[in-house]
Amino acid sequence: MTPPTMSVLPALHPSATQLPSGPATGLRCRECGATYPLAPEHVCVECFGPLEVDYDLDALRRVTRKSVAAGPPSMWRYVGLLPAGHDEATRVSLGAGMTRLHRADNLGRELGMRRLWVKDDSGNPTHSFKDRVVSVALSAAREFGFTTVACASTGNLANAVAAHAAQANLGSVVLIPADLEAGKVVSTAVYGGTLVAVDGTYDDVNRLCAEIAGELPWAFVNVNLRPYYAEGSKTLGYEVAEQLGWRLPAQVVVPMASGSLLTKVDKAFGEFGTLGLVEPSPYAVFGAQASGCAPISAAFRAGHDVVTPVRPATIAKSLAIGNPADGGYALDSVRRTGGAVADVPDEEIVAGIRLLASTEGIFAETAGGVTVATLRRLLDGGLLDPAVETVLLNTGDGLKTLDAVAPVVGPTATIAPSLEAFRKAGLA
Amino acid sequence: MSVTVRVPTIMRGLTSGVAEVAVEGGTLAQVLAALDAAHPGTRGRVLDDGGRLRRFVNVYVGDEDVRFASGLDTPTPAGTLVSIIPAVAGG
Repeated sequence: MTPPTMSVLPALHPSATQLPSGPATGLRCRECGATYPLAPEHVCVECFGPLEVDYDLDALRRVTRKSVAAGPPSMWRYVGLLPAGHDEATRVSLGAGMTRLHRADNLGRELGMRRLWVKDDSGNPTHSFKDRVVSVALSAAREFGFTTVACASTGNLANAVAAHAAQANLGSVVLIPADLEAGKVVSTAVYGGTLVAVDGTYDDVNRLCAEIAGELPWAFVNVNLRPYYAEGSKTLGYEVAEQLGWRLPAQVVVPMASGSLLTKVDKAFGEFGTLGLVEPSPYAVFGAQASGCAPISAAFRAGHDVVTPVRPATIAKSLAIGNPADGGYALDSVRRTGGAVADVPDEEIVAGIRLLASTEGIFAETAGGVTVATLRRLLDGGLLDPAVETVLLNTGDGLKTLDAVAPVVGPTATIAPSLEAFRKAGLA
Repeated sequence: MSVTVRVPTIMRGLTSGVAEVAVEGGTLAQVLAALDAAHPGTRGRVLDDGGRLRRFVNVYVGDEDVRFASGLDTPTPAGTLVSIIPAVAGG
């Protein structure tokens, strides 16, 4: 197919005006290369391929270590590399980003690794990395003139959208699978806004949102604003490099649902090298999935570059996307960098959560358990090098998924309030 | 055997803005052929040059993703709703 010079998208949004001055110049189809003006659109009319933000490289080059360091102590210190949020008056921010990079010597020792870090994104305002993507998406939504934002969510995105919308005085409509963990439902509903529980899987909810997005003038952060939204994930990669002292780790292990985060961390490392913000150095990207929803891992094992959808059945609900839209691109990143993908069953996910908690004092949600357990598998399989510097991404807080560990942890003893009972229980 | 095809926004330029099109066909392949006969160019948006479903389009017959059914051979009984929906990212 010959890419047209500039395709026209049927508009369903309040404003087709350009975003305030920033480095973004347009949208480009990742599949066929068709180009479009900046607009709240995500699909190529020629081939259904996903649209991605194009940048003016010269504008990106204006970002220096000094300009970053002079920025706020949040993900917005990298605004010069993002497609929205350039006008502080319309920027939507709860201060996401610059979460800690924790040196995990105890876990490293347990796993026989020489230098291991945990990038702990549970420290974000609503306790997951989704605050990053939502902050960019809602900034773009405002700039495009939307007054209602929406999303399909496995929970973390729901929290982030509801909270950011509340603070930004935007209406919000959040659609979730009805069987989501109670913690994620409560921690979304508390911000107000409309919360719709859909009797179906995440993929069913996503399908519904794709249909609604075609009918209503709403900003669906992960549908029509997806090109902007996804770019927010790059800040996780930028921070890892900056916090390591402006260099790239040799290996990074990333949990995968749609696969988008992994591709954006790869993109962030690549951009930093291209822009001279770090000395370009080889790095390998590894992907982690739950066996109950491992379509990308299955494709990796089979040597396929196309991902076959599955029906999810895992406790790692934040990763339970059976039809991962960025799966193919995630496989490209993994293979290009010499990484690997593996998956772990639910009992290993729980063990992974407990291992991270008991060695490093970090309570991760199920996705973090997946990542820790997958790291162990990759080491056992000789696919990941224990001798080189490795960063593991923890994308969410364990308090959101208490159900996963509640059956296996609890009080050491339950006693009467007396010294005698304390001694009798063998606790003295 | 009339079935209804829900056309996504990005394809409505080919259907004069119409969101639902009634066509005849006993399988998804026949339905897409009939849709293309009524609205030329639609099949080429959904299928690649090899005649396979494009990577980033999801097609449902009723509530069933055809990738979990028989793909283009999935039966489309009379009264069925066929939905063509762009793939979207996760959350």
